[in-house]
Amino acid sequence: METLDQIKSRLTHALLGARLEIVPNESPSSQRSLLVDSEHARAVAQWLRDDPELCLDYCSNVTGVDWLEAVGKTKIKKTVVVDGVEKELEETVDSLRSGYLEAVYHLFSMAKKHGPVILRLRTENRTDKNHLPSLTPVWHGCEFQEREIFDLYGVVFDGHPDLRRILMWDGFKDHPMRKDYVEPDDYEYEPTPHDAVLEKAKKHQAQEAKP
Amino acid sequence: MDEGLRSELQKQGIFTTTLGEIYNWGRKNSVWPLNFGLACCAIEMIATTMARYDLARFGAEVFRPSPRQADLMIVAGTVTKKMAPQVVRLYNQMGEPKYVIAMGACAISGGPFKQGYNVLKGIDRYIPVDVHIPGCPPRPEALIHAFMTLQQKIAEQQLTGAQRPRHLRADAPSEFTVPEFGDHDLVPTKNPDVWQPQVLIRG
Repeated sequence: METLDQIKSRLTHALLGARLEIVPNESPSSQRSLLVDSEHARAVAQWLRDDPELCLDYCSNVTGVDWLEAVGKTKIKKTVVVDGVEKELEETVDSLRSGYLEAVYHLFSMAKKHGPVILRLRTENRTDKNHLPSLTPVWHGCEFQEREIFDLYGVVFDGHPDLRRILMWDGFKDHPMRKDYVEPDDYEYEPTPHDAVLEKAKKHQAQEAKP
Repeated sequence: MDEGLRSELQKQGIFTTTLGEIYNWGRKNSVWPLNFGLACCAIEMIATTMARYDLARFGAEVFRPSPRQADLMIVAGTVTKKMAPQVVRLYNQMGEPKYVIAMGACAISGGPFKQGYNVLKGIDRYIPVDVHIPGCPPRPEALIHAFMTLQQKIAEQQLTGAQRPRHLRADAPSEFTVPEFGDHDLVPTKNPDVWQPQVLIRG
C-alpha cells in the first residue's frame, strides 16, 4: 500500500482545497493518521473508497477521543541583541490549545487486502460547535459506531440517517466518555474500596455526615 | 411432631407428615425458572441445564419463556441501568411465590463494571434476592449449589405464624418499584424497602 504521505499528496491533487494534515504518532506502533477538515471530509472519504489504487471499502472501527483544553509548549526561535551582538535564542512559549472532540476512522480494503488508513475529524470545540459530517453514507458500517460516539462523546454527525443514543437511554443528559463527566454519587456501599474508589467513598461519607 | 416418635412410627410402617412439609416438598422439587439470561453467566446457566450437569435432577428443567409461568428468576449476568427496569418489571409479572437467584459477580454487586457509568451495583437494590452466588462466571456446580440452597430455604418455610413467607401474607408487597430513566441515573437509585447499605466498620 502507498504510504500516508503519498496518499496525502495524491489527495491534495485530486481534491483541491482540502486541508489535510498528517498527525504524527510517537508510540511504538507509529500509526500516523490523516487529519481532514470537516468541509471536505465526505469528499475525501468518497475518494479513498473509490480510488482504484486504494479501494478502502471497509471501515472497521470508528471511535471518539475527547481532548480537553491543554497547555502546549512550542519552541520559537528569536533573535536577540545582547551587547550589540545578535544572538539566536530558543524560547519555549506556553500556548493554550482549546479543547475539541475527535472521531477516528480505521479504514481497510477488503478487495486489495491492505490497510489501515486512519482518518481523523475534529470538531471546533467541545461545547456548541460539536458537529462533524457523518461518513455513514460512504461506509454503512459506521452507522452504529457514529451513534455510539454521539451517545458517549456528544459529537453530532450531520447527515447521519438515524442519530439517536445507542447505549444509554434517550433521556440521558451526559456523555459518559468525556473526560469531565461527573458520575452520579452512588458510593454509599463500598465494602472493599481502594485508590480512586476509596477517595470517592470517603467523600460520600463526609457528605452523608453533614446534617 | 417429635422426631424420635416419627422415626419409631416409620419403623412400624406408619408414615407421618404435616401439611406444610408436603406442601413445601412439592414446591421445592418443581421450581420453574424463568428463561432469561443477561450476559456470559447465562451460558453457564444453559450449561447447568444440559446433560452434563442436568438441573432436571432437581425438578427445574422446565425453563419458562413467560414470567407468568415461572417461580424462579435467575439473574444471570450484568444488569445494566438500561436493563434494570425491565428486570424489575419481569419480576413483578411473576406470580407468587417467587424467588430470585442473583448469579455472578455482576448481578450481586456490579462485578468488574461496578465503577462504570452504566451498570447497576447489584440487582438486590430493587428486588429481594434469596440466594447470591459469587463467581465470574460461577461454575454450573455453584448454580446447582445455589439452587439446592434455595430448595432448603423453601423446605424450611412456615405456612403459618409471623415467619410465614411473603406469598402467604396479604400485607406483604408482591410488586416492587420499577425504576425510571432519569437525567443522570435511574430514579430512584435503590428501593430502600428492599436494600439498605450495610454498616461498614473499618479498622
